[in-house]
Amino acid sequence: MNYALLSALLLLLPLASFVVLGIWGRSIFRKASGIIGTAVLGTIAALSVYIACQYFLVDGQLNGTYQPIIALQTEWLKFGYKELSIDIGILLDPISVMMLVVITVVSLMVHIFSLGYMKDEERYSTYFAFLSLFTFSMLGLVISVNIFQIYMFWELVGVSSYLLIGFFFTKPSAVAASKKAFIVTRFADLGFLIGILILGIQTGTLDFSTIIDRLSNPQSEAFISMTSAGFLGLSTLTWALILVFMGGAGKSAMFPLHIWLPDAMEGPTPVSALIHAATMVVAGVYLVARLFPVFHLDEIAMSVVAWVGATSALFAAIIATTQTDIKRVLAYSTMSQIGYMMFSLGVSGYGGEAGLGFTASMFHLFTHAFFKSLLFLGAGAVIHYVHSNDMTDMGGLRKHMPVTHATFLLACLAIAGVPPLSGFFSKEEILLAAYEGNKAIYFIALFTAGLTAFYMFRLYFMIFWQKEKHYDPHHGEGPMSMKLPLIVLSLLTIVTGFIPFAQYVSSNGKGFDTHLHLMFSIAPVAMVIIGIGVAYVLYQKANDKPTNLANAMGGLYKAAYRKFYIDELYLFITHKIIFRFIGKPAAWTDKNIVDGTVNTVASATDDVSFMIKGWQSGKVQQYAMYFFAGALLLAFIFIYLWH
Amino acid sequence: MNLNWLIVLPVVSALAILPFSQLKQVRSIAAIGATLQLLLSCVLLYVFMQDPASGMSGSLAFESSYAWYKPLHIYHSVGVDGISIAMIMLTAIVVLAGVLISWNMEKMSREFFFLLMLLSAGAYGYFISTDVFTMFFFLELAVVPKFLLIGIWGSGKKEYSATKLVLMLMGASALVFIGLSGLYFNNASGNLSFNMSELAANPLSVEQQKFFFPFAFIGFGVFTALFPFHTWVPDGHSSAPTAASMFLAGISMKLGGYGILRVATTIMPEAAHYYSPYIIVLSAIAILYGSFATMMQTDLKYINAYSSVSHTGFVLFGIGMLTKTAIAGAVIQMVSHGLMTALFFAVIGMVYERTHTRMVDKMGGLLKTIPFISTVFMIAGLTSLGLPGFSGFVAEMMVFIGSWENGGTLHRVATIAATASIVVTAVYILRAIGKVIMGPVEHEAYFEFKDARWNEKTAAIILVAAILVIGITPFLINHLITPGTEAIMNKLVANP
Amino acid sequence: MVPVSHILLLSTALFFIGMYGLFTRRNMIALLMSIELMLNSININFVAFNKYVWPGQLDGIFFTIFIITIAAAEAAIAIAIVINLYRSHLSIDVNDAAELKH
Repeated sequence: MNYALLSALLLLLPLASFVVLGIWGRSIFRKASGIIGTAVLGTIAALSVYIACQYFLVDGQLNGTYQPIIALQTEWLKFGYKELSIDIGILLDPISVMMLVVITVVSLMVHIFSLGYMKDEERYSTYFAFLSLFTFSMLGLVISVNIFQIYMFWELVGVSSYLLIGFFFTKPSAVAASKKAFIVTRFADLGFLIGILILGIQTGTLDFSTIIDRLSNPQSEAFISMTSAGFLGLSTLTWALILVFMGGAGKSAMFPLHIWLPDAMEGPTPVSALIHAATMVVAGVYLVARLFPVFHLDEIAMSVVAWVGATSALFAAIIATTQTDIKRVLAYSTMSQIGYMMFSLGVSGYGGEAGLGFTASMFHLFTHAFFKSLLFLGAGAVIHYVHSNDMTDMGGLRKHMPVTHATFLLACLAIAGVPPLSGFFSKEEILLAAYEGNKAIYFIALFTAGLTAFYMFRLYFMIFWQKEKHYDPHHGEGPMSMKLPLIVLSLLTIVTGFIPFAQYVSSNGKGFDTHLHLMFSIAPVAMVIIGIGVAYVLYQKANDKPTNLANAMGGLYKAAYRKFYIDELYLFITHKIIFRFIGKPAAWTDKNIVDGTVNTVASATDDVSFMIKGWQSGKVQQYAMYFFAGALLLAFIFIYLWH
Repeated sequence: MNLNWLIVLPVVSALAILPFSQLKQVRSIAAIGATLQLLLSCVLLYVFMQDPASGMSGSLAFESSYAWYKPLHIYHSVGVDGISIAMIMLTAIVVLAGVLISWNMEKMSREFFFLLMLLSAGAYGYFISTDVFTMFFFLELAVVPKFLLIGIWGSGKKEYSATKLVLMLMGASALVFIGLSGLYFNNASGNLSFNMSELAANPLSVEQQKFFFPFAFIGFGVFTALFPFHTWVPDGHSSAPTAASMFLAGISMKLGGYGILRVATTIMPEAAHYYSPYIIVLSAIAILYGSFATMMQTDLKYINAYSSVSHTGFVLFGIGMLTKTAIAGAVIQMVSHGLMTALFFAVIGMVYERTHTRMVDKMGGLLKTIPFISTVFMIAGLTSLGLPGFSGFVAEMMVFIGSWENGGTLHRVATIAATASIVVTAVYILRAIGKVIMGPVEHEAYFEFKDARWNEKTAAIILVAAILVIGITPFLINHLITPGTEAIMNKLVANP
Repeated sequence: MVPVSHILLLSTALFFIGMYGLFTRRNMIALLMSIELMLNSININFVAFNKYVWPGQLDGIFFTIFIITIAAAEAAIAIAIVINLYRSHLSIDVNDAAELKH
């Protein structure tokens, strides 16, 4: 089948939609822009599901192994060194096809939801233009054939995220949040870029498959040269991979580069559902998965991935238990779940059953996208109704918003990992992989699973139970366009867990079977039940227990509430150290020393000329005297000294 | 085709302006002249690309020569390669945009447009010269009118800035002239010659190169804001009227980089290798230091001027790395920065005309009231911070890849320092965007602002289109300049 | 015959009297007169050397006549300048005409 045409359409349609809505959205398509954007998304969602069916079920496999298909590849920019060039192309392999489905489906749901949610916005068409731009960039990212292509689209998703976070640009907090998100990820991308430079120059290519070919074989020339040379005790390969991972960690909001994600919730809620829950933030996981054949050969890089993931998972879960802003809790939970995906990759082996971690990570990415966007859209509906982000302003909403309540509950159960919802299956696989790979991480993950159940149900009870507050909605639960995506996503949340994922996505393309180990499931499910139980006791009805507990925890609670002061630390470093000790001295030096020298030269010239201008007295007689003295001097020289 | 049309056309349009005094007549003539220049350069590009022999072999195309002063062997000889054509296109685009931006220049309009046309004649003449003496002549022609442009139509401490700019550039020219005289008297052929290809074929001895290279390099380097001779940039740019700033940053700063490529590295390749570490260190300092200094500025024009120091640092950085990719990156960066900074100054001019301030702290929320201008502002900013799809990304990435090809520790450290600047750039650009066009609307009066007029829109669209062409289809410009950079590279490789 | 040294002494004396006048007087007419004195001392030198060194030739005499002619022209111009200066500055003191200094 002609993948090239279909997948090129997949990219070009949202791009066209961005250009058209961006240029004429304010004039011609003012009203129609939402419909246009949604229609485009509907088309490409259908296309990508079709591609996925074709690929997975019909012609992706060769001898039981899924082969990457390069549907399109053109040289975009050639560098004059070895085979280095930036190619733009379309690579279809199990993970990219899976991502295509995730992105287009979630994006479609978000588009539909936004039709109702953003109806009264002044910049309605701009919003849809930006959404199209984001969809385009994200699709371009996942189908990259070239590590530089991924970097380009990486930056583009960054800027679309920037534009969408700052969508309500008259709010100073939104402006600050967008700036922060861009700069923090940009800092991480610096690492990514240097990693690319190292990988590219050392292997002599920027093409993904060639890099993997050259580095996945421990006898290859490139591999030996990269592992033999080193810097500060780590081999070049380790450095390259860690730097590339730094880029991934920045985009995926891994500790300690996570600080932008909670603030990014300043953007419109559907945007948070799309970008900061389901798609862009998993780009880091995707990047590691894309280079997994190289990563798994380097133990140090793998353990960095694993430990950063595990730390983030636990760290974010702890913070999430204390936050009261509904979107921030969800943001931290996103960070925590991505931590799961990350460490699952980090503990994974390669090939077949050993590659369970890889499969589990991708599986969790897949299921998480649906239930997390469902949670965000549900939160959006709640915010739309209550006109506040703060959980303390909510309560008893289950009667007001029945559809939202049901779907939200379903999503909470899924993320907590209650069988038989999708989150249970994927988290189970992750835990199993961690159990086999690294016991310490397994226990962290198990504990975090309990915390997850606790904070999600804390959220749920505080919104939908407790005492009813006074609400002043000018509308009901929301139009059909806002309910439909919730229902569709709930269905997906129920169904996706039963997909035999390992058959399709695995580290080396060879499918394998996974089994549910009942004995193994006892511990996680018990943790989940404990978590939900504690949340029920503390938060089902408003009471003093949470406050008492918080007081009893003392410093720990306060630290978690203040997000362990990481933001303050960053502020200190940027404002107090970089601004004061680098920026200001640079500006000062320029003004006073460099420019001062220039001015000193000028004024010295001026002074000298001022000193000698007294000779130019304007008195004719003096001039005559100089003349005479000069003549005498010359006469003296010529007569007595010149021979 | 005869390249001298490129000089004749702007001179004729400059002269044609003189009999008129009404703004309407003057600006129409200038606009027609600038449009013709752009058309002519497009024709030149087209003809050049049609002729693969002259395009790909690395030798110069459309060469011709007239004796200018025979006893001293000074010829007015011209010829172009892909690099020159890229620079000529840049000049034509920036000049047209500059004329459109100055559409309502009430004060002494005749003189203003006359000088603008004269400047463009200087720039074209410079880019097509293959004789270093006439090249020097045109270099001066592109400097002196700036004194008047800044001194008469400028703002702020304009006399100081104009004097400083012209004095520093004149000093630089003096150094250049010493370098050129060194070539003239000492080349190996034994004949006195200013002709570039003759000089390149008969290079100086290595000792002589080592002596004269710094003169030529520093002289041209001052034009390209070589650290620590860059201080004319912020003052000059910020005092100049919008069109002059565009010309100054867009074209004048490129004269230096072009001169270094053409004269310093091609004719004195051994010395280029010898001095390469110094060039790298100085330009890496300029890149990082310029971007940190930008972070502290509060005046939009100063922000752009200091960021120009940082961005043109990449030009020298790429040249200093002496690899094919890096040099190609340096050339693309020249074009890219020229367009981007012209766009930035144009949009700053538009903003200033409406808000009557250039202080970022005193503005806010312009996106709400003048969306077109604000969008252009954002595009200029995003180009500056190297977003893919815009020209800056292509140039910077080529420079980075080309730099990383060099394995030495110095090269690696300098490259990492240079890449670090992309973060700092993001900081100051986003700060400016966040303060100026985002945030709450600062004054009630802002709601009364008129968005861009047709002339401003046209100017912005021309520049944005050029930026996008390079950013989205970089293989085109790469194809155009590759023969030229390869010729330079061959010289460098043959004379290590 | 008068020895040449006597004549040279006379011309030197005249020259330095003229120079003294040139350096000290403020009145422009007096300056002009001093210059005339110096020119005339040169004339005496020319005539004397012509007579004593190349008695058969007249070159020195010619020079003298040239100088007298030029001195006359110069005096005419100088007095014109003095008159104009007097009209504009109401003074013929040389120090009052100092606009060009600095």
